[in-house]
Amino acid sequence: MAEATTPIGREAEELYDMAVVRSFALSALLWGVVGMSVGLLAALQLAWPELNFGPYLHFGRLRPIHTNAVIFGFTLGVVFAGSYYGVQRLCRVRLFSDALSRLHLWLWNGIIVAAAISLMLGHTTSKEYAELEWPLDVAVVVMWVTYAVNFFGTIARRREKPMYVALWFWMSTILTIAMLYVFNNLEAPVSFWKSYSIYAGVHDANIQWWYGHNAVGFVLTTPILGLMYYFLPKQVGRPIYSHRLSILHFWSLIFIYIWAGPHHLIYSPLPDWAQSLGTAFSIMLILPSWGGMLNGFLTLRGAWDKVRTDPLLKMFAVGLTFYGMSTFEGPMMALKTVNALSHFTNWTIAHVHSGALGWVALTCFATLYYLVPRLWHTQLYSLRLAEAHFWVATLGIVLYVTPMWISGVTQGLMWRAVNPDGSLTYTFIETVAAIHVYDVIRAGGGALFLSGVLLMVYNVVRTIQQGTSEVPAPRLAAAAAAGSR
Amino acid sequence: MSWEWHRPLEAKQLLLAVLSFVFVIVGGLVLLIPPYFLQGTVPAIAGVEPYSALELEGRDLYIREGCNTCHSQQVRPFKSETGRYGPFSMAGEGIYDRPFLWGSRRTGPDLARVGGKYPDSWHWMHLVDPRQIEPRSNMPAFAFLTREPLDLSLTRRKLEVLRSLGTPYSDAEIEDAAAAAQRQAGEIAASLRKDGVDLGESGAGSEAIALIAYLQHLGRDIRWREQPIGTASLGAAR
Repeated sequence: MAEATTPIGREAEELYDMAVVRSFALSALLWGVVGMSVGLLAALQLAWPELNFGPYLHFGRLRPIHTNAVIFGFTLGVVFAGSYYGVQRLCRVRLFSDALSRLHLWLWNGIIVAAAISLMLGHTTSKEYAELEWPLDVAVVVMWVTYAVNFFGTIARRREKPMYVALWFWMSTILTIAMLYVFNNLEAPVSFWKSYSIYAGVHDANIQWWYGHNAVGFVLTTPILGLMYYFLPKQVGRPIYSHRLSILHFWSLIFIYIWAGPHHLIYSPLPDWAQSLGTAFSIMLILPSWGGMLNGFLTLRGAWDKVRTDPLLKMFAVGLTFYGMSTFEGPMMALKTVNALSHFTNWTIAHVHSGALGWVALTCFATLYYLVPRLWHTQLYSLRLAEAHFWVATLGIVLYVTPMWISGVTQGLMWRAVNPDGSLTYTFIETVAAIHVYDVIRAGGGALFLSGVLLMVYNVVRTIQQGTSEVPAPRLAAAAAAGSR
Repeated sequence: MSWEWHRPLEAKQLLLAVLSFVFVIVGGLVLLIPPYFLQGTVPAIAGVEPYSALELEGRDLYIREGCNTCHSQQVRPFKSETGRYGPFSMAGEGIYDRPFLWGSRRTGPDLARVGGKYPDSWHWMHLVDPRQIEPRSNMPAFAFLTREPLDLSLTRRKLEVLRSLGTPYSDAEIEDAAAAAQRQAGEIAASLRKDGVDLGESGAGSEAIALIAYLQHLGRDIRWREQPIGTASLGAAR
C-alpha cells in the first residue's frame, strides 16, 4: 500500500493502537464499580448513620471518594478510551506516541488509586471536585499534558484533513480543563499533604464554582458530547443530522458554559452583578444544550425501529432525553426564586444525578458496549443482558432521582415554613427526619443502578473470553485457504 | 445561507484550538478579575480577626473530616434563615478563610453562626455520639476525635504560610503559636471538666478540643448574640 493512501480494513486495524483503548475501557469499568459502590455506601450512611465506621469510612471522607471516582475514574476513563479510539479513526493515523499513551494510562490509574487512599486518610482541600492535595494536583497536570500532547500530536499527523465535530469537543475539553484545573488549584503548601488556597473567602468561592460548574461542563458534558457525536452515528449507521447545528452547538456551548458558575452562589456574599450574570448565562445555556440534544435525536430520524431492538441506541436515546431534561432543569434552578428553595437541598442531588446517571453514565455504557466487541474482535456476548442493563439502570435512575426531588422540595418548604406569628414552624431535625424515607428509596435506586453495571461487567468479561485482542486474519484470505465456494 | 466560512476552521487544528480557547477565556476573565478591583466586593468588617492557632488547627480538622460536605457556612438573606441561624453571611467575614467553607448541601444545619450557641460540653458529647443528644440525627459519630492527640508540629508553619498569603499574624503570634494553642486547649479542657465531662487519658490534648475551639469561633466576629453561652474558647488565649 502506498504511503499516501489512507488505510482501511485490516491495515487500519494493525495501524491503530487499540491496546491502550482496551486498557482505558477496562480501567473505567473498574473505577465505575468502585465509585458507585462507595456512592451506595454513602447513601446508606445518610439513611442509617450506624454504617459510618471510624476515621476512614465515614460520610465526610467517603463522599469525595465517590465523586472523584465516578467523575475522574469512570467517566474520564470512558472519555480517554472513546477519544483515543475515535481520534485514530477520524484522523486515520496511529496515536502520536505509544510511550505517551502508556504513560497517560499509568499516571491516570496511579492518580485515581492515590486519590482514593489520600482522601480516605483525610488529605483534602475541601473544594468540591478539586479535593486532591497539591502533590496529586501536580501529577494530574502532568497526566493531562501527556494526554494533550498525545491527542493534539495525533491530530497534527492526520491523513484526513477535515476534523469532525467530535474532535472539536475533545480538543476544547483538553484545553479548558487545563485552564480550570490549574487556576482553581493554586495553593501554598504547608507540608506534603497540607496546603492553603491562595484565594480567600468570596474570591475562593468565586473561582471554585467557576471551576466546579465547568467541571460539569467540560468533564461531564463536552467530552460526552464528543462520544455522542462519534458513537451514535456509528451505531445507528447514519451521518449526524446537521453539520450546521454541530457548528452552532459547539461554539455557543463552550462560550456560554463558562459564565454560569455563579449560579452556585446565588444569595451568597458574591456581588449581585456576578450572580445575575450566572443566572442570565444559565438561561441562555438551554439553547445550545437543546441544539445538541436535537442533533442527536434527529440523527435517529427514520431509524427509530432500530431503537426498539438495539439496547445501545436505547441508552443513547434515553441519555439524550436526560441531557435535555437536566439542561432545562439546571437553568430553572439558576433562577433566584427557584434557587431560594432548591439550594442546599436534595433537589441539587437529584439534578446532578439525572445528568450524571441519565446522560453521562448511559452514554458511557453505550460507548463501552460499542467498543468492547470491536476491541476484542467478536460480538457482544449477550444483547439481552445489555437490554436488561438498560432497563435496570433506567429504573434505578427513576428510583434515585424522584425521591431526591421530593425530598429536596420537602426540605426546602419545611425550612421556610413560618407560623402565623412569624416563628419558624419546624426545627432543623424535623426536616432531617422528614426526608429519611426518601434517603432509603434513593439507596435502593442506587443499588439497582450499580447492579446494572455488574451485569455489564459480566457481559464484558464473557465477551472478552470469546474474543481476541489479536487482529484476526483477513476474511478473504481465510476463505481462500478454506477453499472458495 | 452558506456555511462554507467554517470549513477552513475545520481543517486547521491550531486555529480551531486557539479560537476555542479564546471563547472559554472571556467569561472567566469577566467573572474572576473585576471582583479583585471593584470597591465594595469585600467591605471590611470591624472585629473580624484571624483564627487563633488552636482555632486554625480546628478548622483544618473540620476540613479533614469533610464536615463541609453536610454543613453549610453561609446564611442567606431570608427571614427564615436569619431567624434560624442568625445574621446573613457577609463577604468581609471570609477574608481569612482559605479555603472558603460555604458548602453546597445542608444535610445538617448551617454552622456559620454556631459559635456561642451551645456550651463546649455540648459539642464534646455531640461529637462522641450525636444520637445521645438528638436521636433522629444522621451525623456520623466522631468519637475518635476525642481520643486522637492533636498534632501541633505544623502549627507555626501554617501561620507562616498564611501570613505570606496576607493574614496579619504578628511575629510574636507565630513564635508562640504552638504554646498559645496549648494554653487555649487547656482552658477548654478545664471548662469541659467543670461541666462534668470525663476527658479520659488523652481527651485534654485531643483533636476534638481544637475542633470545638473552631466551632465556638464561628460567627462570633460580628458579636451578634446578645447572650452567648460562655465558652473558654474565647478566653485569654485570643
